[in-house]
Amino acid sequence: MTAVLVLVERGGPGGSPVRKPSLELLTIARRIGEPAAVVCGPIDEATVDFLAGYGATAVYSADSPDLDEYLVVPKVEVLAEAVRQAAPAAVLVTSNPEGKDVAARLAVRLNSGIITDATDVAAGPDGPVVTQSVFAGGWTVRSRIRRGTPVITVRPNAARPERVADPVQPAVQPLAIELSDRARGARVVNRTPRASTGRPDLADAAIIVTGGRGVGAPEAFEVIERLADALGAAVGATRAVTDLSWRPHEMQIGQTGKTVAPQLYVAAGVSGAIQHLAGMQGSRTIVAVNKDPKAPIFEYADFGVVGDLHKVLPALINEIEKRKG
Amino acid sequence: MKIVVLVKHVPEPTAAWRFADDLTLDRSAVEGRLSQLDEYAVEQAVRLGEAGVPVEITCLTMGPAPAADALRKALAMGGDRGVHVLDDALPGSDVLATSLVLAKAVQRIGFDLVVCGMASTDAEMSVVPAMVADRLGVPQASNAAELGTDGTTLTVRRETDSATEEIAVTLPAVVSVTDQSGEPRYPAFKAIMAARKKPVQTWSLADLGIDAADVGLAASATVVEDTQPRPPRAAGTVIVDDGDAAGRLAEYLATASFL
Ligand SMILES: Cc1cc2nc3c(=O)[nH]c(=O)nc-3n(C[C@H](O)[C@H](O)[C@H](O)COP(=O)(O)OP(=O)(O)OC[C@H]3O[C@@H](n4cnc5c(N)ncnc54)[C@H](O)[C@@H]3O)c2cc1C
Repeated sequence: MTAVLVLVERGGPGGSPVRKPSLELLTIARRIGEPAAVVCGPIDEATVDFLAGYGATAVYSADSPDLDEYLVVPKVEVLAEAVRQAAPAAVLVTSNPEGKDVAARLAVRLNSGIITDATDVAAGPDGPVVTQSVFAGGWTVRSRIRRGTPVITVRPNAARPERVADPVQPAVQPLAIELSDRARGARVVNRTPRASTGRPDLADAAIIVTGGRGVGAPEAFEVIERLADALGAAVGATRAVTDLSWRPHEMQIGQTGKTVAPQLYVAAGVSGAIQHLAGMQGSRTIVAVNKDPKAPIFEYADFGVVGDLHKVLPALINEIEKRKG
Repeated sequence: MKIVVLVKHVPEPTAAWRFADDLTLDRSAVEGRLSQLDEYAVEQAVRLGEAGVPVEITCLTMGPAPAADALRKALAMGGDRGVHVLDDALPGSDVLATSLVLAKAVQRIGFDLVVCGMASTDAEMSVVPAMVADRLGVPQASNAAELGTDGTTLTVRRETDSATEEIAVTLPAVVSVTDQSGEPRYPAFKAIMAARKKPVQTWSLADLGIDAADVGLAASATVVEDTQPRPPRAAGTVIVDDGDAAGRLAEYLATASFL
């Protein structure tokens, strides 16, 4: 069987050696061929075993401080070399800003077709068939790549990570790469990690509670966070909220924020603008609390409450706590 | 400093979009406009000039005849001149072909910096900046929330999922900017009138030395197999709060096993 290259992102929350979206990619890769992990940075035996547990049959590893210090291009050069060695059936990369930049440059270098933001990937007679959600989530499109090595970026949560029953010991292939000068054009001068909120990551949270402008004030936003904590949820915000600096941009959901698809999405004081819907329409269950019965969000809600969120949410938090005992 | 801003004419985001028979977006059916996310790119280019670096701003678009409107809007916002790549062979081009055409046009214009929006509001792939950068052989930083330059280096601040990053990019380079970078100006009537007199050149594929067989739908490296509207969501329950809504909502969440 032919290899399917997966660009692995290291260092997940809770001490996992690999981020969850990469495990999803390894799971998806098994539908098309034999997953081969491409790892940038130092790699130890435990990580190799962990990757094998999710189906990797080969590991390409490249280690150089340049991979963290310079943006994008070093990783492209690593992947291009892995493609040369493995002649894969496809290359899978996580659909986040860095992943898209890497995939875009790789596609140019391979003169290969590229599809981004896949919500599903399946094997097909003429290569992988990729599902995307387009036009602000209003349409589903299935397409495939007909030139070169398919380069596909896949959204987080496109699959549930699954372990394999009988992992094989992957061959570890070190990639000696000679970085070009071109690869050193964009240097990270400073990186200030953001303090962890202690709440789940928006990208892979099962439940998200989002507050909009209707929350009214930055201090009042606390009620959204309290509900999130009662539900074990991540906290989201609309652009109105991040524009007003009530909450930081990394909490924004929508066209210019994150795209999410949790099991439960609770929107309070959110009108339901098209750009917001674009980022959350794929949620399994949608609950809305809004005082305006005509708010567009109600057209998408499985359960809607017309009312003042400052009355409904505190009462809901009490109810939840009562039920928890 | 020579700045090229890539701008796209896109269908109005609030209109009902549909697919044409060839499974591309039917652009004739809806009103178009300059992509709102590209307005941030024009704004940043103009602001770099206002911050003291002498700039010459060329706005570049590729698209059918109405795309010229997007160029005029960008010029009204402060661009100095426009270039419109217009050719009957272009419709249906995929991102590889689009990035090829844009890169050739940027090269012909000459550049120190190419500024793009963070995504188009129609295709939303966000890959054109990196692809154009790769074709031009220059570095690129995406999703800048703040830009600065001394004429030889571009400094970028950006917010990733986990960190705030400061990046130094050696010029010439490509950058994309987010909608956090600063509200685009609303051109005054005088600026709109002045924009009508600014030079706009129209280039064909032949002008760029590109073979028509390398672009358009037939040359696309991707093919659409089928398209389907998202099934309408089953109508939900909407209740009006009479003091008991929280209890009923909790009951709903418990039944769905969320509690
Ligand atoms: C190019 C572009 C990109 C964009 N990207 C995004 C994006 O990524 N994400 C995003 O969210 N938006 C985005 N927007 C903005 C979007 O168009 C809307 O402006 C925004 O989503 C509105 O946020 P909101 O729902 O919080 O505020 P509003 O639209 O002001 O709605 C507030 C709602 O709160 C309700 N309300 C008020 N008080 C109460 C109360 N006490 N109790 C209950 N309900 C109450 C009101 O009835 C109203 O429906 C983008 C816009 C553009 C042009």
